[in-house]
Amino acid sequence: MSANPAILPRRGGVAGALSDAFWRHPGLLLFLMLTPPVLWLGIIYLGSLFALLAQSFFSIDEFSGLVQYEFTLKTYGELLRAQNLDVIVRTVVMAAIVTLAAAAVAFPIAYFAARYAKGKWKAFFYLAVMLPLWSSYLVKVYAWKLILAKEGILNWLLAKLHLTWLLEAWLSLPIVGGNSLSFSYTGTFLVFLYVWLPFMILPLQAALERVPGNLVEASSDLGAAPATTFRHVIFPLALPGLVAGSIFTFSLTLGDYIIPQIVGTSRLFIGQAVYAHQGTAGNIPLAAAFTVVPIVVMGFYLWGAKRLGAFDAM
Amino acid sequence: MTTAVSFSQVSRHYGAVKAVDRVDLDVREGEFFAMLGPSGSGKTTSLRLIAGFEQPTAGHIEIFGETAEGVPPYRRNVNTVFQDYALFPHLNVVDNVAYGLMVRGVAKAERRRAAEEVLAMVKLPGYGDRRPGQLSGGQRQRVALARALVNRPKVLLLDEPLGALDLKLREQMQEELKALQRQLGITFVFVTHDQGEALSMADRVAVFSEGRITQVGTPQEIYQRPASRFVADFVGSSNVLPPDFVQRYCGQRGWGSLRPESIRIQADASGDGVPARVLSKSYLGAATRVVLDADGLRINAILPAGARLPDDGEAVVLTFNRETLHVMGGEG
Repeated sequence: MSANPAILPRRGGVAGALSDAFWRHPGLLLFLMLTPPVLWLGIIYLGSLFALLAQSFFSIDEFSGLVQYEFTLKTYGELLRAQNLDVIVRTVVMAAIVTLAAAAVAFPIAYFAARYAKGKWKAFFYLAVMLPLWSSYLVKVYAWKLILAKEGILNWLLAKLHLTWLLEAWLSLPIVGGNSLSFSYTGTFLVFLYVWLPFMILPLQAALERVPGNLVEASSDLGAAPATTFRHVIFPLALPGLVAGSIFTFSLTLGDYIIPQIVGTSRLFIGQAVYAHQGTAGNIPLAAAFTVVPIVVMGFYLWGAKRLGAFDAM
Repeated sequence: MTTAVSFSQVSRHYGAVKAVDRVDLDVREGEFFAMLGPSGSGKTTSLRLIAGFEQPTAGHIEIFGETAEGVPPYRRNVNTVFQDYALFPHLNVVDNVAYGLMVRGVAKAERRRAAEEVLAMVKLPGYGDRRPGQLSGGQRQRVALARALVNRPKVLLLDEPLGALDLKLREQMQEELKALQRQLGITFVFVTHDQGEALSMADRVAVFSEGRITQVGTPQEIYQRPASRFVADFVGSSNVLPPDFVQRYCGQRGWGSLRPESIRIQADASGDGVPARVLSKSYLGAATRVVLDADGLRINAILPAGARLPDDGEAVVLTFNRETLHVMGGEG
């Protein structure tokens, strides 16, 4: 018996025995760690989603207003009616424009944060990007309603800058215009852009941060001017982050029902249609069919992004 | 002879840190020039000044007679092989190699042909469709070399390109690089902290220390006649001898440099020479290093294989030819 044995005795009773068991069977630890979240995701989340989707294959009896539990594609036929199709097109176009604008606004911010910001500036960047996420979503949307209102700060500012004519000209345009910004698609767009912007900046910044600085130098060394380097090196390598961010902005816009209700015209977006059909109208099958739309659109979106090679750099 | 790169009084300071400080340097066209020094000595910064990634805070740089300050890297006909290769991970090998040609607007078929040709030159034919991630370190090294050479640069800069390779591969690449340089006649500027590498490959070596060049010369000059104690110690870990010692055994006064392999050890402790005591020995394969104590002065000797090895603690006498003791000018 030596005071300093080559193999140390097991320590800590049960905990020690467990540690040893987990070390010998890493799969066991993984199984124990993953089971609760998988059950949660599988049963509570996916289960309820599938229950909802199943509803879309039922229909509603037009006389009694009761749901008929028989398989039918009648609800989907209803979805393709002009007034419903209109809602879908409006939402998808809005989501696409919001995503493009978010990408354009987020890129320089994320690029600065990833490549130049250090120490204090980096902390300031995270704070500035995250700060809007800390306050209530409703508060932010109502704040925007005040900003965009006819008596709001934006109108006041434009008047001071003698630019009221510009706003008037914009509001007199078809589709994007309206009575005031807070009752136009332009207003809805601005609020969407503001609310979802952090979800674009953060993944983009993370992706740009992973682009090694020496690749930029290598490109420049090989004769590429900054614009060429951006096009052939930085952009392709940041694309996975851009796609991740656009998944957020695109799908969040597709599903939102509060912003268009508070700021914008009275025309419905998908989220509002779902809300109306499952609530007051009691047409759960149609509401379910509407919820399938964003899922299908996102499916096509990801498939297209993959085809374009967006995930090649991952 | 044309001067490829010329520094006159070039400095690059970062606040109080003098990364490069008043350096004068001339690299001749077509030579294999090594910048040797420990980390933080300014050799890599000097390389980056030639590439254009850094701008000098003072002084003047010329590349083939043209002023280089204020010229961005993409307008310099100079290419770099980066220390960690910096290959584009989203492009395959051919597109990596052809990048410089693509940027210049060379047609696709033509640049593919040129890339394949250079890949064959660096002994990677048929690797064009792979991604950098699928290659070994040595192969990536060759791709990085091909990517730089395909542009036919006036000067090729190599930033410790062999640092990440294992010994055997490194020796092989040293020979290949040397052969490539002779074949192409391109000026190579090579940064390394490995004195063996610098001595074996370069036509001329500049030894950097603390942002300044302490000596420029052929490998033989640097090795046999180091200009300072720093050079003597850094290049080949010479025995640096204090002035008193040098005066006693050599007549001249000044710091001396004595190469370990110039020292012979005689077991007869009463003979002529420097009396010393053996402290330890380490076996190096082709030779054995013996560490000795000569009256408080630590001396390294290298004995070839086959020589009689003294025992630890044994009293011996060290002898050497006078000519092999190099007395350094000034304070050293």
